[in-house]
Amino acid sequence: MTDTARQLAPFLGFAALLRRSGFAVAPEQTMAWLAAIELLGPSGIADVRRAAHATLAPQPERFDEFDALFDAHFLGAVTWQSETEPSEEEALAADDAGGGPEPIFGDETRESGAKATGAETLSARRFAAGGDAETLNRFARALPARVPRRRGYRWRAARSGSSIDARRMFRDAMRHAGEFVRTRWRKRRLRQRRIVVLIDVSGSMKERTQAHLAFAHALVRAAEAVEVFTIGTRLTRITRALRRRDRTTALAAASLLVADWDGGTRIGEALGNFLAIPRFAALARGAAVLILSDGLERGDPSAMRDAVAHFARIAWRLVWLTPLAAGPNFEPRTAGLVAVRPFLDELGDGAAIDRICAHVLGLAKARAA
Amino acid sequence: MAVRRTIVGISSPRELEEALRAAYYLADEELATAAYLALALGKPLLLEGAPGVGKTEAAKAIAGVLGRTLLRLQCYEGIDAAAALYEWNFPRQMLALRQEGEGAGHIDIYRDEFLIERPMLACLRHPEETVLLIDEIDRSDHEFEAFLLEFLSDFQISIPERGAIRAYERPVVILTSNRTRELHEALRRRCVYHWIDYPSPEREMRIIMMRASGVSERAARAVVAAVGRLRREPLAKRPGIAEAVEWAEAATLLNEEGERWPDAFRRSLGVVLKDEDDFVHVAPKIDVILAEAQA
Repeated sequence: MTDTARQLAPFLGFAALLRRSGFAVAPEQTMAWLAAIELLGPSGIADVRRAAHATLAPQPERFDEFDALFDAHFLGAVTWQSETEPSEEEALAADDAGGGPEPIFGDETRESGAKATGAETLSARRFAAGGDAETLNRFARALPARVPRRRGYRWRAARSGSSIDARRMFRDAMRHAGEFVRTRWRKRRLRQRRIVVLIDVSGSMKERTQAHLAFAHALVRAAEAVEVFTIGTRLTRITRALRRRDRTTALAAASLLVADWDGGTRIGEALGNFLAIPRFAALARGAAVLILSDGLERGDPSAMRDAVAHFARIAWRLVWLTPLAAGPNFEPRTAGLVAVRPFLDELGDGAAIDRICAHVLGLAKARAA
Repeated sequence: MAVRRTIVGISSPRELEEALRAAYYLADEELATAAYLALALGKPLLLEGAPGVGKTEAAKAIAGVLGRTLLRLQCYEGIDAAAALYEWNFPRQMLALRQEGEGAGHIDIYRDEFLIERPMLACLRHPEETVLLIDEIDRSDHEFEAFLLEFLSDFQISIPERGAIRAYERPVVILTSNRTRELHEALRRRCVYHWIDYPSPEREMRIIMMRASGVSERAARAVVAAVGRLRREPLAKRPGIAEAVEWAEAATLLNEEGERWPDAFRRSLGVVLKDEDDFVHVAPKIDVILAEAQA
């Protein structure tokens, strides 16, 4: 028994190492891996590696990282670890922001007494109902007819439809002495696609955040499935706060939740956090994702690029609206936006509220074209 | 976990690789290992990769090696259980009721003869004779993926009128995805996974020589070099293996009709690039690419 345990230790240790490094490895997969190794009667480390690839299923873009961890664990080579060690400056910044077991996202359960930490200054902002009120009202009226939709999976009875509802017809027939009295139809209802809005609240977007929140409020009120998050130095979900009817109180409630107003920008990290939390990532799956940000990322944009690429793979449509875009033929110049451009379905003008509204109203049509 | 070490006389990845080669499919070691493990562990095999790297071909070859019928379920946006599992043959049910109504008998309209089998049900009922290919799963909706998850973990489905139908042995299931979207973690977890990359130049050349008829080694080498170069361009549709094979064949044909070599390649470029924008993008560079490829 202890012998078996000793033999298995390196493999279980590798599974644990993978989990620590952010790979999702289920016990089921570890078991399949062990069974696979036994099955191959490994003639060398290459067999163990191949079995690991097949059963632990790393994502293709993380193959190199996976292999490096494998080498480090089984062959004693140290390559990857040193690379991912945060640089001194970054470590300092993280310390400033966190300091302790700080949650990486602020949830709504945190009331107004949320602690302000480090460099972030908690500032509850006051919002006036903006001058764009009329635009937003018109937007809210137009939206229900033009939200992006998808076909639901279940069949519903319908007055007319695409398919005959045989089960109901047979049931009817039983009631009428075996006669088919009338044709029953069924069809699949259209459901609204979820819309996920990510609002950049960093310092460089200062002038716009108020308008963006007002827009998000109108969207939450007018459509069924909408989720709104703010991104800055951290990630905050503000959907529930925005569900209030009155715009002023809704925006006030939302502003209390956000602890990182006008802070620095770590968009890549915030987006990465969003994707790392399964229940949030699930919200973006098959959804129309709208990012309102100027994409001015401090330092290396590679984290942002990776996160956006991941978003593009799970979202139905990924739209980035930046206030820096002037005109329809805008080509990005900042390193961040240039890096993420290939993954976006659309990179558009987010300077004015009416432009943003138009983009949302065009979501359903853009895909069909 | 029920492990079968030997399947139709194949008891190692190497033997499977050889069997696949006999079925005209050149698998690398990684693919052969993954496929062997999937068969031996009784798990579904998930193949991901860019379009045209031979995912579907791999499934066909595996079915051929096992000597089983391939049941192909092509996924699309909006695919549902009726297309994947079963449907009741409504007109026949109605007809049977009408006919029976004249006599005074009793009829069960949920008998086998009124059941239209779709690929997944057919696979459950005859697991020893079939390989189920669920093609381009990334095109389907998330609900279908969730539904599939249930199928793949228990290999069981329930028909309300008939009760549960369960496979009496674990069927062979192969899923492919072009990765236009990310599949759910839970689905990846259930499967043995393999990422098919574009083949190495050496292997692609062997594939061309094996699949194309009458192509000289020199032409094959040039095609492999040129195609490899084209795949590095930012194209809307990168040429796959099938395109490379067709290009080699088409150019050889033109050459036999008297076209000189670089021109034979240039004139048959249409079988490789199938997008107008790609054509425009490549046009200024094509001479250089072909010259380099033939060197």
